[in-house]
Amino acid sequence: MQKVIFNEEKCKGCELCTTVCPKKIVYMDEKKINSKGFHPATVTQQEECISCGFCAMMCPDVVIEVRRPSKEGKKDE
Amino acid sequence: MKVIFEKPKSLEDVTFHYCPGCTHGIIHRLIAEVIDELEIQEKTIGVAPVGCAVLAYDYFDVDMHEAAHGRAPAVATGIKRVHPKNVVFAYQGDGDLASIGMAEVVHAAARGEKITIIFVNNAIYGMTGGQMAPTTLVGQVTNTSPTGRDVEHSGYPIRVSEMLGSLVGPGNSMKRVSVHDPKHIGQAKKAIKEAFINQIEGKGFSLVEVLSTCPTNWGKTPVEALKWLEEKMLPYYPLGDFSPKEGV
Repeated sequence: MQKVIFNEEKCKGCELCTTVCPKKIVYMDEKKINSKGFHPATVTQQEECISCGFCAMMCPDVVIEVRRPSKEGKKDE
Repeated sequence: MKVIFEKPKSLEDVTFHYCPGCTHGIIHRLIAEVIDELEIQEKTIGVAPVGCAVLAYDYFDVDMHEAAHGRAPAVATGIKRVHPKNVVFAYQGDGDLASIGMAEVVHAAARGEKITIIFVNNAIYGMTGGQMAPTTLVGQVTNTSPTGRDVEHSGYPIRVSEMLGSLVGPGNSMKRVSVHDPKHIGQAKKAIKEAFINQIEGKGFSLVEVLSTCPTNWGKTPVEALKWLEEKMLPYYPLGDFSPKEGV
């Protein structure tokens, strides 16, 4: 389940999102390189994400979108 | 899935031209979020400055106007007086507002113009390549103060919020906020929202000074720059509300 989605093409590799994650799961993906020439930030351990939105608040380039799964038994909003 | 965070609709879907880690992007987003939340996108008019944010008109999905260097408060005054029902904001940097445009902002505040100014203070001239600004800290190294700002030669940095807060005007509002961590970003958004509400309610002039970084011209990484802001800028530029008190 994708809780935190990175628009990797827009990322400028400033690393600010990696410093504020309380779960320390945001990292710079050194295996990838975007068309601007930066290693984009990413999250692979999606199940660890608590959807706090701190990374998205800190991102200067509006790269990150954050979602929170609906609670069980509740209808999708 | 509930969306916790996404691009505000008052922001165009383009890539900012700002350097990596520049907090202009955060401040742009906060303004766009506030415009969305107050549902004023259709009647907001922004005034773009000269400086790094000169292309702000490409980023906000509202009507925008460009002003000559430092003259954004004068242009905003004109727009607001012709269109009193619209919400008018100016977005200015410290080289723009605190140096060449100081007269305009002081008189706009003294007249109590019902406009909102977002003043981005990063203690340096960004676009022109890192020269000393009126807000450069004592001892801070820039291209034109290679041994650090010397008070004998250049005096002391100007605290704009405190200075404008000394002007009488019961509806005027001056606040200083910072964007160096998520907690302060939340506070900054609240202050920007209150500044817009101050204008919508017709109370008076409102200015929000946002402490910002310039990783490129400070010669630091974006993460180091935020740390430097917290350690060096906050002691000289304390956060808070500097609005004039009634009856002063």
